[in-house]
Amino acid sequence: MSDITKQSLSELIKNIKDKKLSSTEVTKAFVERSEKSKELNAYVTDDFSAAIDKAKRFDEKPNLDLKLPGIPMAVKDLFCTKNIKTTAGSKILNNFIPTYESTVTQNIWNEGAILLGKLNCDEFAMGSSNETSFFGNVQNPIDKDLVPGGSSGGSSSAVAAQLTPITIGTDTGGSIRQPASFTGIVGLKPTYGSCSRYGIVAFASSLDQAGPMAQNVKDCALLHEVISSYDEKDSTSIDFKRNNYSNELTNNIKGKKIGIPKEYRVDGMPKEIEDLWKKGIDYVKDCGAEIIDISLPHTNYALPTYYIVAPAEASSNLARYDGVKYGFRADGENLIDMYEKTRSEGFGAEVQRRIMIGTYVLSSGYYDAYYLKAQKVRKLIKNDFDEAYKKVDAILTPSTPSSAFKIGEKTNDPVSMYLNDIFTVPVNLAGLPGISIPAGHDVKGYPLGLQIIGKAFDEQNLLNIAFAMEEKINFKNKITDWWIK
Amino acid sequence: MSIDLKTIKHISKLSRISVNEKKAEKLAGDLNSIFEFIEKLNELKTENVEPLTSVAETTLKLRSDKVNSKNLREQIIKNSPQENEDYFVVPKVIE
Repeated sequence: MSDITKQSLSELIKNIKDKKLSSTEVTKAFVERSEKSKELNAYVTDDFSAAIDKAKRFDEKPNLDLKLPGIPMAVKDLFCTKNIKTTAGSKILNNFIPTYESTVTQNIWNEGAILLGKLNCDEFAMGSSNETSFFGNVQNPIDKDLVPGGSSGGSSSAVAAQLTPITIGTDTGGSIRQPASFTGIVGLKPTYGSCSRYGIVAFASSLDQAGPMAQNVKDCALLHEVISSYDEKDSTSIDFKRNNYSNELTNNIKGKKIGIPKEYRVDGMPKEIEDLWKKGIDYVKDCGAEIIDISLPHTNYALPTYYIVAPAEASSNLARYDGVKYGFRADGENLIDMYEKTRSEGFGAEVQRRIMIGTYVLSSGYYDAYYLKAQKVRKLIKNDFDEAYKKVDAILTPSTPSSAFKIGEKTNDPVSMYLNDIFTVPVNLAGLPGISIPAGHDVKGYPLGLQIIGKAFDEQNLLNIAFAMEEKINFKNKITDWWIK
Repeated sequence: MSIDLKTIKHISKLSRISVNEKKAEKLAGDLNSIFEFIEKLNELKTENVEPLTSVAETTLKLRSDKVNSKNLREQIIKNSPQENEDYFVVPKVIE
């Protein structure tokens, strides 16, 4: 069967279950395409030969009752994988081989999936363009020299380029939704507490969530139901009734109330984003949903709040990289000198910048002015959403204020890079689920995404709205395989 | 507010990241533009707002205090930069 890699996850599962394709054939197809796609730099580490061996073993005794039977997939290199190097895109973890498995990836292997390799990302997931990775830029398969978004840039590039049928990323301020939007794929950031953080390299623990990235909403729903689980090993994991999201998926969203927040009409937003949003509003109306104007008055304060809370938590989380227990160590004249040189040489510029910000806002004399203040504003931002959800079932916004930008375009101006996450950051601060779906193209032919934000633990409703809109939008990604010689 | 080189040196010491003069100047510039952006929060009055420490409005679950991992010494030591089968090794601390 030709064009295996063009098939969606649902098609691949059906073909494996119907015995029209073996896991070995599918795995080999993705391995071959991944090998021909080195120029994208989507992988940090591959495990291709082991993947083919695992596929052969699966085919010898196939268990077709599993949710991901013999499906190969690559994952973001922020998830600890037992005996497979896990770098978080950093020099400081370049030699780190976990002796344990993250809960989210374990859930995936338990359902029969096979690891293809580890995907590139911004260093410690700090970035919006994948340019902070120690392992170099990732190319967006849409066009050469275009960033794939970040921090899950290797993940978005790999799904859009069909190097893996699905993947998982992590999202602290938009790191799943923004790259999904930049590459024309679907990305879901689940409610905080849905997916276990155990075994995920920590960035900002009160914001980090793992989530699925896929070619379409149904695949995304299926992967979400696999990874979402209560886990004793994560003290912030929440025990709530989880759905079989893909089985219960419906395009019937008649009578649902969709909020349009006026504060998301930001200054300088390109007209094509404004037009896309209007089109999105028409689509949900076509589906029989009702549009309601709402206000989220503290939206403009979300980014400044995020750039206190996230670096503060990061500076504390990253204190563990001291050159003693694991990871890179630089030689020093004494213990302190060793610490300082290890961290100075081991972390990249953006990570150092954020550790410095975080250290400063937590330091004596500044804690109340910055960190406490940010926590209070975070409460106001959450209150905005609570108030809005008294009137609506979900909220529709653009995913990003622009389409993908060129590699190098924003690297010298951290604030302009941060502004990219303006529509995604409030969702993390409030702990809500959000999904980005591809919804159109700009004049250059680059994909643009729309974001739907849901109530906490209401992923089903969120996925249903996305599913109904996807049908109306009928988006086709423009991938030319330019990188394959 | 402006973050000067002295403050940068102080934060660098607190965060155990060594910085030379050139890097300190670059960091001061970056941090000043970031803090200028962060200052926006001062527009808001927050005296009567409770700080949000966790979005998950649940109390932490308790679990029984029992050991459920076997001897992990070998696994824990395995990734340490300087090899020694029993301990983590660091530069000499006592003269």
